[in-house]
Amino acid sequence: MAIGAFSHGPSGITTDAPAQRSSRIAWLLLLPGILYLVLFFIVPLFSLVMTSFQEMVPGGFIGEYQNAFRWENYTEVLGMYGEHTLRSFLYAATATVIALIIGYPLAYFIGVKLRRYPLLQSLALVLVIAPFFISFLLRTLAWKQILADEGFVIATMKTLQLLPDDAHITGTAISVIFGLAYNFIPFMTLPLYTTLERLDLRLIEAGSDLYANPFTTFIKVTVPLTMPGIISGTLLTFIPAAGDYVNASANFLGSTSTAMIGNVIESNFLVLQNFPHAASLSLILMSVILVLVSAYVKKSGTEDLL
Amino acid sequence: MVAEVSGRGFAQSGADLELVNVSKRYPGFTAVDDLSLTIPAGSFFALLGPSGCGKTTTLRLIAGLEEPSAGTILVGGKDITATKAYQRPVNTVFQSYALFPHMTILENVAFGLKRRKIADPIKLATEALELVELGHLAQRKPQQLSGGQQQRVALARAVVNRPALLLLDEPLGALDLKLRRQMQLELKAIQSEVGLTFLHVTHDQEEAMTMADTVAVMNKGKIEQMGAPAELYELPFTRFVATFLGQSNLFDGVVTGQNDGTLTVAVGSENLLVPSSRSQISAGAITVGVRPEKLEIHREAPKAAAGRQIVGPGTVSDTSFAGVSTQYVVQVPVLGDITVFEQNDGDIVGVGEQVWLSWSVDHAFGIPVEETFDENDLSTRALAATVK
Repeated sequence: MAIGAFSHGPSGITTDAPAQRSSRIAWLLLLPGILYLVLFFIVPLFSLVMTSFQEMVPGGFIGEYQNAFRWENYTEVLGMYGEHTLRSFLYAATATVIALIIGYPLAYFIGVKLRRYPLLQSLALVLVIAPFFISFLLRTLAWKQILADEGFVIATMKTLQLLPDDAHITGTAISVIFGLAYNFIPFMTLPLYTTLERLDLRLIEAGSDLYANPFTTFIKVTVPLTMPGIISGTLLTFIPAAGDYVNASANFLGSTSTAMIGNVIESNFLVLQNFPHAASLSLILMSVILVLVSAYVKKSGTEDLL
Repeated sequence: MVAEVSGRGFAQSGADLELVNVSKRYPGFTAVDDLSLTIPAGSFFALLGPSGCGKTTTLRLIAGLEEPSAGTILVGGKDITATKAYQRPVNTVFQSYALFPHMTILENVAFGLKRRKIADPIKLATEALELVELGHLAQRKPQQLSGGQQQRVALARAVVNRPALLLLDEPLGALDLKLRRQMQLELKAIQSEVGLTFLHVTHDQEEAMTMADTVAVMNKGKIEQMGAPAELYELPFTRFVATFLGQSNLFDGVVTGQNDGTLTVAVGSENLLVPSSRSQISAGAITVGVRPEKLEIHREAPKAAAGRQIVGPGTVSDTSFAGVSTQYVVQVPVLGDITVFEQNDGDIVGVGEQVWLSWSVDHAFGIPVEETFDENDLSTRALAATVK
C-alpha cells in the first residue's frame, strides 16, 4: 500500500552518473531507518513467530519452552479466546465510529469555520492535543473515579431516574468503549483537521450552485474530498484500540467480562507465562488487523492516498 | 417570455434579472452600493470594472452565495432574495472553475442534473460535453485536463442545467490571449444557440465590448454607465468610463459660451468646442475629452474648417509603432500631453518634429470634472504596466 507512494520517484533505471550518485545518497539516507526497522521490528517479529510455535519442555518448570513446530498453539487460542478477539474488534469498531462522529464536526469547526481566525484556530488545536500533556493512564484512572458507583455521574443519573438503582457504569462495555473513544479522539481529529483545513470551499459553493442542498453537498463533495483524513483517522483509532489493554482492564474501566485480546495477551505473557499462546494471539491480532485494514483501504479506493 | 424559475425543470429560455436597490455592506466598506439594474431575458450582459469595484460581489449576491444587506433580487419577476443558492434557477461558471476533483468530467457535468432528478442525466451531460467538444474526455478527471478544457467543462456543467440565468465570473481570466479570443467566440456562439441570459463579470474591457450586447461599467459599488459597447465608448458620461474603457485625452476647462448647439470651453488660453448634445455639463467647470484615434496629425498647420478643432503646434515627444497603428504623444502648450493613434500609412512622424492636431468637433465629449482616479487602483492596468 504505502510502497505505491514511492514508486513514482527516480527508480534508478537511468544509468548516468548523477542519477547513480543520487540513488546512492537516497540509500544512505534510508540506512538509519532500515537498520532501526531490522533491529526493532524484523528481529522481534521473527522471534515472536518462533515463540508462537514453541512447546513446553517435558518435565520443565512453568514458563520453560523449547523451539518446535507446534501449530496447535493457534487452534488452542482461537478456541479459548475467540470471544475476546471478537469483542476486541467490536469494541474498537464502536469506539472508532463514536470518535468519528465526535471528531469530524470538531475538526470541521476548527479547520473550516475557524479558518478566518488563525489565532483561535491554533488555540483550538492546542486544546485538542492538551490531554496528551497528562499521562494517558492518569486520565483513564480519573474517568474511573468519575464513573465509579460512588461518583457524581451515577448519583445524578440515579436521582434523575435515568439509571436503575443497581446500575454500574465502570466494568461494563459502555465504560470501556467510552474510554477507548475518549482516549483516541485526538488521533481521529488531527488527520481529519489536516484534510478539512485544506478543503477548497469554492467547491462547496459550486455544490450549492448546482442545486445540492447542504446535506447533499456534504455527502457528495465534502466527505469524498476529506476521505484521506477519514481513512487515516479511523485507522489511527481502530488499530491501537483493537490492541488496547488499559481501558478494558479491571484496574481501569473494565472488568473480567470486558477483557479484550490485549488483556489476554498481557495475562498470558506476564501472569500465566504461556509465551507461545501469547505470541500466537499477538500474531492473530496482527494478521486480522492487516486483513481488515487492507480490505477497508481497498474498498474506499484510496490506496494511493496512504 | 415567462421562464420556469422554480428551480426544478429546465428553463425554456432565459429570464429577466432585476436588482432593486441592492446593497452589500461589510464592516468598514460598502462593496455594492444601492445598485439597481435590469437585464432583459436572452441578453448577454457584461459587468465591467476594476478589481474591488463590487462586480464579483454583485454576481455572488445573484447566485445566492452572499446575502444582500438591503434590496431585492428578482429572476423572471419572482423575488429570490430570501432563497438559498441551491434553490435558485441560476448557475455560475466560477473563475477557478471549481470542478469537483474526485469526479470524472461526465460526473461533474451530470451533478446538477442528478440533484434536480432530471431524467437521463448521463445522456444530457454527454450532449453538453459534445457542445463544448470534449465528449472524448468524459471519463477523465479534471486535473488531467488543460486550463482551456477545464474552462469548457465548467461551462458545460453550468449550461447543461439550462438555468434561467447564467453567471460567468471572469471565466476566461486564466487563459492565454489566443485561447481567450477563441473561447470568447465560442461562448458567444453557445449563448445565441441556447438562448439563455448571460451575466458576464470581467475586468477586461476588450472582452466585455466584444462579447456583450450591453455593458455596465462599475466603480466603487455603483454602476457608472450602462449601454451598448459602442455607445459607451463613443460617449462616456464620466471620467472613469472615459479612461477605463479605452483611452481618452481629457482637458479640464470652463464653459464660456454656447451657440448653435455647441459649447465653447476655455482651457487656459485655448478654446475647445463640444456639441452640447454630447456634453453632460452645460455651464461651469467641465472636462472635454476626445479619443486618441479620432485625432489627426499634420506636419503643416491645417486650414481652419467648420466643425473641425485644430490645436498646435506641438512637439512629438514619443512615438511607438504597434503594427497597424502608431501611437504618438504630442506636447502641446497649454493643453499638455495629447495621445494620438494614427493608422499606419507608412509615414511616421519622428520624435521632436513640430506638428498640428485636428479632430472633428462631433467626436469631442463633455463630462463632469472629477479627481483623477488612482490608476494604481486598477490592478489590471497596474499589471499591464508592469508587463510593459
